[in-house]
Amino acid sequence: MEIFGRPLPAMLSQLLLGLVNGSFYAILSLGLAVIFGLLNVINFAHGALFMLGAVLAWMGMEYLGVNYWLMLLLSPLIVGALGILIERVFLRHIYKLDHLYGLLLTLGITLVIEGVLRSFYGVSGLPYSPPDALAGATNLGFMVLPNYRAWVVVASLAVCFATWYVIERTKLGAYLRAGTENPRLVEAFGVNVPLMVTLTYGFGVALAAFAGVLAAPVIQVSPLMGQHLIIVVFAVVVIGGMGSIMGSILTGLGLGVIEGFTKVFYPEASSTVVFVIMAIVLVVRPAGLFGKEK
Amino acid sequence: MNKTQLGYLLLLLALVAAPFVGAYPILVIKLLCFALFASAFNLLLGFTGLLSFGHAAFFGGAAYAAGHAMKHWGLTPELGLLFGALAGGALGFLFGLLAIRRQGIYFAMITLALAQMVFFFSLQAPFTGGEDGLQGVPRGKLFGVLDLSNDLTMYYAGLAIIAAAFLLIVRTVHSPFGQVLKAIKENEPRAISLGYDTARFKLLAFVISAAITGLAGALKTEVLGFATLTDVHWLMSGSVILMTLVGGLGTLSGPLVGAAIVVAIENKLGELGNWIASVTGIDWFNSLGESVSLVTGLIFIVCVMAFRRGIMGEIIAFIDRRRGKA
Repeated sequence: MEIFGRPLPAMLSQLLLGLVNGSFYAILSLGLAVIFGLLNVINFAHGALFMLGAVLAWMGMEYLGVNYWLMLLLSPLIVGALGILIERVFLRHIYKLDHLYGLLLTLGITLVIEGVLRSFYGVSGLPYSPPDALAGATNLGFMVLPNYRAWVVVASLAVCFATWYVIERTKLGAYLRAGTENPRLVEAFGVNVPLMVTLTYGFGVALAAFAGVLAAPVIQVSPLMGQHLIIVVFAVVVIGGMGSIMGSILTGLGLGVIEGFTKVFYPEASSTVVFVIMAIVLVVRPAGLFGKEK
Repeated sequence: MNKTQLGYLLLLLALVAAPFVGAYPILVIKLLCFALFASAFNLLLGFTGLLSFGHAAFFGGAAYAAGHAMKHWGLTPELGLLFGALAGGALGFLFGLLAIRRQGIYFAMITLALAQMVFFFSLQAPFTGGEDGLQGVPRGKLFGVLDLSNDLTMYYAGLAIIAAAFLLIVRTVHSPFGQVLKAIKENEPRAISLGYDTARFKLLAFVISAAITGLAGALKTEVLGFATLTDVHWLMSGSVILMTLVGGLGTLSGPLVGAAIVVAIENKLGELGNWIASVTGIDWFNSLGESVSLVTGLIFIVCVMAFRRGIMGEIIAFIDRRRGKA
């Protein structure tokens, strides 16, 4: 069977790959949006911490024999703790300054993290295979579904929606949203806002590390794996606007799928299609698809 | 003539004399290309308050455009450089149109994303030479007479061009137009309420900055004879931000100092590491040359945390304090 002159299985497998990438975009842009909402900092280090999550998973396997499932839990915890440290030592002191300093500081942190890991592992890929339980593929009749990729999509969506639920539907989330709107007032009500800010950053980067572990078996693990990704995620954030959690999730997934289809129909443009869409959105709807113009 | 002008004159004289006191002219002119690049970038960040994270696109884009024009169309150097500046300006016009539609931090993200698009275009386009880059660009004869394949001739021609472009930036900053840019930086709503169409001013500042950046990129190709993907990579954009930050945001001399420091670090870090290793006996420093990104990252962190005025900014503040006391 063919659609627009392309074989259906090829289309479906690219669609799935698009969803996998889209899941990473969704988790990362979600974390960026939550962090920006409360800290007013665009976290350039998000890509590097995503990479660190993946490299930690690899290191756990290589040096300690810790399996994938345990690292899926441990890696975000370690990176989250590192995030808390970064927030306490560095970010805390620059909230009152212009936005650009937050970007430059986290850029510096990115270069340091990447530089340290590069000096140990170089830039070539480190092999990491999916866990045995998810190896292989399932034949659905109309396509062959690689189990691991399906798991990535399911796990990412579960985490995204859990985050959405916590932020939009629970009391903790209400504090968080209130803190985004007016931190001083929330503090006057007796909420420990500085602690909330620290934990939010830790949580946001832990999400990035979680995505990193998920990505380890599908994308080549290397100290530079986060570099291009973070720039694409910036474009995703510009397209979606950072105002809405659900908006970030949908934009991330949607762009991943579009990227996947571009690979089928016009592969040369697959690495730039997200940026082209960003340019179009800026012309048509400058505030972003889900954004509110201030 | 005041002290600042005297300072620039002395710097110019030192540069004119440099080849005769043992400096390698091509290295100096390469450094000056980056100094011009940083000055053009600072026109935007330091004097208009717009953080562009995509200036590598203008630098590298113009480097490719000028290189292609001189190698394959046989353009003379002066036309090639002009073409490079125009290419940078045209690209800047497109970037600017899109980026000024959003404020603040989004501006940086948009320019970064657009520049990444230019990077991928350069990676795939047939005329850039992909991973190998565009090699073997001839230097040619300036105005058909001056043979630039002679390093010294190239040096003085390049120095003249860079000095002229730097004067243009100084002139722009001190012009009424520059004052409007400063007003936009300090308080954009106020500038709007005074009747200025700030979007047009920002766009024009962006185009001027991109065109001068393009000139710097084209001149780099003219001098070195090649343009590569390094020139359009986002790390180049990061590098020029660092130069401006280290030297001093919003100071005219800062980018010159910052460029010298950053280029020196990028080129000489290995030797510095070997020296530290031989003094301290710690073997690890021998591999410092491979850790350029680590060191630049640390400088970024130190600058943002403790040293936001930059070197020249601190010096100027120090002089102002002394004057205040006297």
